[in-house]
Amino acid sequence: MENMLNIYLFGKKYQVPSGLTIMTAMEYAGYELVRGCGCRNGFCGACATIYRIKGESQLHGCLACQTEIEEGMYVATLPFFPLEKRVYEINEIKPDMQVMMQLYPEIYSCIGCNACTKACTQELNVMQYIAYAQRGEYEKCAEESFDCVMCGVCSSRCPAGISHPQVAMLARRLNGKYIAPECEHLADRVNEINEGIYDEKMAELMSKAVDSVQELKDMYNHRDIEK
Amino acid sequence: MYKIDKLNELAKVVAEKRAANADLEPTRMTAEEKDALLAEFHPDYKDGEFTVLSAGVNKGDKVPTQLAELLQGSSRISASDVDLSAPDFDTDVLIIGGGGAGASAAIEADEAGVKAMIVTKLRIGDANTMMAEGGIQAADKPNDSPAIHFIDAFGGGHFAAKPELVNKLVTKAPEAIQWLNKLGVEFDKEEDGTMVTTHGGGTSRKRMHAAKDYSGAEIMRTLRDEVINRGIPVIDFTAAVEIILDENGKAAGAVLMNMETKELLVARAKTVIIATGGAGRLHYQGFPTSNHYGATADGLVLGYRVGASLLYADTLQYHPTGTGYPEQIFGALVTEKVRSLGAKLVNINGDVFMHPLETRDVTAASIIRECTARDKGIETNLGKAVWLDTPMIEYKHGEGTIEKRIPAMLRMFGKYGIDIRKEPILVYPTLHYQNGGLNINVDCSTDVENLYAAGEVAGGIHGRNRLMGNSLLDVIVFGRNAGMCAAEKAKGVNTPDKLTLNHIEKFNTELESAGVKNETASPMLLPHYARKK
Ligand code: FES
Repeated sequence: MENMLNIYLFGKKYQVPSGLTIMTAMEYAGYELVRGCGCRNGFCGACATIYRIKGESQLHGCLACQTEIEEGMYVATLPFFPLEKRVYEINEIKPDMQVMMQLYPEIYSCIGCNACTKACTQELNVMQYIAYAQRGEYEKCAEESFDCVMCGVCSSRCPAGISHPQVAMLARRLNGKYIAPECEHLADRVNEINEGIYDEKMAELMSKAVDSVQELKDMYNHRDIEK
Repeated sequence: MYKIDKLNELAKVVAEKRAANADLEPTRMTAEEKDALLAEFHPDYKDGEFTVLSAGVNKGDKVPTQLAELLQGSSRISASDVDLSAPDFDTDVLIIGGGGAGASAAIEADEAGVKAMIVTKLRIGDANTMMAEGGIQAADKPNDSPAIHFIDAFGGGHFAAKPELVNKLVTKAPEAIQWLNKLGVEFDKEEDGTMVTTHGGGTSRKRMHAAKDYSGAEIMRTLRDEVINRGIPVIDFTAAVEIILDENGKAAGAVLMNMETKELLVARAKTVIIATGGAGRLHYQGFPTSNHYGATADGLVLGYRVGASLLYADTLQYHPTGTGYPEQIFGALVTEKVRSLGAKLVNINGDVFMHPLETRDVTAASIIRECTARDKGIETNLGKAVWLDTPMIEYKHGEGTIEKRIPAMLRMFGKYGIDIRKEPILVYPTLHYQNGGLNINVDCSTDVENLYAAGEVAGGIHGRNRLMGNSLLDVIVFGRNAGMCAAEKAKGVNTPDKLTLNHIEKFNTELESAGVKNETASPMLLPHYARKK
């Protein structure tokens, strides 16, 4: 006999086998999910969920697809959270402090309660990355927020109304485009290709692929492989 | 620690042999050995799991049985269910699917100055792109070239790919990386800007670019952000259920269905791009899958019904290292980057049984052989699996490497008490990728005029097996390409005035005369995981 646990989905009690995730427990209970389910692997943030264990005071944020059920879990999924995403033209902004002040001024209303960090489903130091954003330290903000799946649980707990994942998104784009060092060998190769340096070689390979596959097979089977 | 003592005991055997195993340079298989291995152990070669199509353009070809059921299934609508004379949406380019290919296409169509619109049955970004962990290939290092990339990709795909598509893939690769980088996508770089690149299975140069092990997520979230910045309409939780044609048989829009209210809507367009992704959730041959929830082959069905042919729909990629244990993450992807970083595959005796970086099909077949014919797998309640010796990474490259390079893996197993820095993990092949798909030309056009396809739904780029890192590349290169070409085409097309759904009846008649019509509603849209009581 399987070990059955009692969980409460939106307040309604269900008995489900231990070992399931919140997501598979919902399906076991009979839910055919349309909302709140995306990658099922902890990457997309579709399955943001809050829960509390019956009798305890602490409220937890989690990803339903990545969280094993526990006895007495009260579960409410958060399939959508109204994050504020401000629009901008990536080629026209600069990685200075102004851009954050203009697009996300509410980050300066952070009262330091740390509720965002406590709620983070990825165990990120959310308040810290917001602090970096406030100071215009986008490289650090990008690094600290890198694993964010933009589920929005942090923002649901924020008294200052900050949309943390969107702030981090902006910081990462600023970092990726403007702050991280440019890659020379990439630019060189793009130029070489545009200049047509490889055209002849590629045409030759393509015609071999049609007329003399055996030759290509030999090339493939005897190509040297970088250690 | 594993919750099962036996596994902790067996893991010790792996630890004892780690030092010796780390020094080994296992020999690679010869071409003949690979062919024999694949024929005996790769799932694509199990004839009983395939069905020969009796209707449509690919009549006579075999496809996985579950796919045949959908291709020859029943439309969700009949022509009389919708009023085609009063479209709810009018656009130049209609993009079906909100993953990496769809988003790239939308950005390029917008850039070309036409009206683009995305419809997606879930949210933009709920896609396999988001889950691609390992990286994206591009031959941009001095010791590499598009020609070398071509040989790797064409050979890895068993010389079956369409050469002009491979050419496009590899020659546009560096530009794709540059485009992403300019949009703000972060890549792992050295301090001087040099890309940190590694090997993938079947690559002859280290050309795998990554953003830790969130490569796809980093790309997808940036593309999504850009789509929103540009104000491109994204109609979410709305699936396409039929392609609409004009009176001349050219694509002219789609019938959409609101996933929640089931309301039907009509979208009219000058050109249509199918970018619906793969089919992992069909669980071919009962395999678990690494794919996202919506990977149900919808685009193949949509295209097939209006006469777009399929290419290599019988070849699937089983990623060699799906999670074999614990059950909560069974089938979830363990990125190939784990092997790129130096972890080896080990059997129950602690012995390395193959070179860890053979192509994916060969590696998967080899793991299946180890667990079946050779009986050297590790048994759990979920079936057999082999070890992937993750602690070897830090044994070779030093402490901290795992947290820095594959944080998602550390987190995924950590949630279930398994510290991949200290303990090896159990892996077994998982259904990962649809190698084939809608047959496309180099401009992403299909057999149906004004109908385009890009991303995993398209076939021919990877032949019969795709290399790691060529899929993220494919969605960007061909997604952009489809956007540009469909936009260009749309500029020369008038708004279609007569829309029809006559193809539904026509296809039904063909099915009936072939005696294969079944009641399965298709496209499937979502898998049926709710327990039936
Ligand atoms: S479904 Fe994507 S994170 Fe859970």
